[in-house]
Amino acid sequence: MSITRRTAAEIADALAAGETTSVEVTQAHLDRIAAVDGPVHAFLHVDAEGALEQAAASDARRAAGAPASALDGVPIAVKDVLATRGLPTTCGSRILEGWIPPYDATVVRTIREAGLPILGKTNMDEFAMGSSTEHSAYGPTHNPWDLDRIPGGSGGGSAAAVAAFEAPLALGTDTGGSIRQPGAVTGTVGVKPTYGGVSRYGLVALANSLDQVGPVTRTVLDSALLHELIGGHDPLDSTSIDQPLPSLVDAARRGAAGDLAGLRVGVITELSGDGWQPGVMTRFQESVDLLVKAGAEVVEVSCPTFVHALATYYLILPAEASSNLAKFDAMRYGLRVWPEGRPDASAEEVMRATRDAGFGDEVKRRIILGTYALSSGYYDAYYGQAQKVRTLIARDFAAAFDQVDVLVSPTAPTTAFKLGEKLDDPISMYLNDLATIPANLAGVPGISIPSGLADEDGLPAGFQILAPALADDRLYRVGAALEAALTEQWGGPLLDKAPALNGASA
Amino acid sequence: MPEITRDEVAHLADLARIDLSDAELDHLAPQLTVILESVASISGVAGEDVPPTSHALPLTNVFREDVTTPCLTPEQALSGAPEVEQQRFSVPRILGEEA
Repeated sequence: MSITRRTAAEIADALAAGETTSVEVTQAHLDRIAAVDGPVHAFLHVDAEGALEQAAASDARRAAGAPASALDGVPIAVKDVLATRGLPTTCGSRILEGWIPPYDATVVRTIREAGLPILGKTNMDEFAMGSSTEHSAYGPTHNPWDLDRIPGGSGGGSAAAVAAFEAPLALGTDTGGSIRQPGAVTGTVGVKPTYGGVSRYGLVALANSLDQVGPVTRTVLDSALLHELIGGHDPLDSTSIDQPLPSLVDAARRGAAGDLAGLRVGVITELSGDGWQPGVMTRFQESVDLLVKAGAEVVEVSCPTFVHALATYYLILPAEASSNLAKFDAMRYGLRVWPEGRPDASAEEVMRATRDAGFGDEVKRRIILGTYALSSGYYDAYYGQAQKVRTLIARDFAAAFDQVDVLVSPTAPTTAFKLGEKLDDPISMYLNDLATIPANLAGVPGISIPSGLADEDGLPAGFQILAPALADDRLYRVGAALEAALTEQWGGPLLDKAPALNGASA
Repeated sequence: MPEITRDEVAHLADLARIDLSDAELDHLAPQLTVILESVASISGVAGEDVPPTSHALPLTNVFREDVTTPCLTPEQALSGAPEVEQQRFSVPRILGEEA
């Protein structure tokens, strides 16, 4: 079996046992990228030279008996919304084409210090606005299960990279589902940590009160390993939680033993019904049954305000985004475009021309919507009201977690749709995030794990688990238990059923 | 139901400092109306007595010691600038001819 098929935990064990080297592992992944990333297009930038240098340094540390971390030498891909010193960071936008940050995001510094070679930067919807990666200015990423379909978004690049075995680990960001929904439609695992659980310093902000960095992997244990590495307090992020993380790797290992006796699970009433694909619901119900079999007690829980979560989100997010993106003003970094034939144009005219040329359709839509929601006369009716509904959503979570330990739902209402199908229909695109958005509004953690293939189309569906703020360990315990039960039923990981790409040998 | 006219979109684009072409205005205005109609469903959901939430978790201001810490050099800070002059960001004129 090629080393690229192994999990990050297995690669780390092989490195520790001296069975392979980081240079070998990193080269294998670079070869895989060279073989399949043409059609998949998960990467915007590949740093072969840098990754191999970091791998050689890792091997030297191992040889000296001083690895920097458990994952030292295991390569990783990084979503292009995280600042990487010396590597281009575009956020999928023309306005930042060619920008090379002079600093690292805290999570990037952390993975560098822990010895993980950075393979490259992954594709995304422009400034993380989208659910399909089609809003990338550099062309969409394709779903490794079916290249004519979307890989989810905004972090479709990171999810596709791990699904296509181009990287064992990736970093993503989740503002309304951008880690979990791509996980669901690519048959991979993705975690949105508790808000403030992982530093946002150096993450180019979409909506500060919703954004969170998290792991993108193929297994629950791998996510736990990466989450433990990047989590924890960062003085450079004033919203970072100054408390130790719960032990996530232990929770994943305990969960994999399969005993969920005493666990109370709530199925969210409002996240099912019309518009939910039957095959997705069938796989969801099967997973719920497996939790019962493992000893969990399952009840239905109503969160009545969740039906307003999507509308709330599409007022709060554009409001925050329109303010955040005001910094792209053609003065300090990024693109500068002069109005045609106007060498004497003013700074403001240059700004207008640059923002027109540099931003894509979806970014313009959301900036204008946010500007509207924040304008006087509409502020109370829209933004003010949305902030109140946000309170009600948080109260729904609090009431639900009085009754149960975790909440569950399908991650996304459907499997991957065709590229182009919803590109010019914003509302139908937004509906993909129906089930993932409530967690961002309330700041609670969530995980998506594969629940199987939908009968209608043979494409992956996702199972979402949500826990109270700071109880991220519960995601790993329950996620690992379900993953173990499902893997046994399938006779191996779900991704074994994915087509080999490009005739490349698996 | 709220409707957002083409003129309003042009005005908002102006406030947001984006030059939209006529074709873009034609394309965006009806889409924004549909989005607004859909988000307007939350009006009246929360009563007067519900406090707004601006942030998922309660936060207090964070202070740090007033000491210098490492920061970017001028060269690093200017490294992404479209135009640099005399160790400064060089920008187009900011005032009109008559000013």
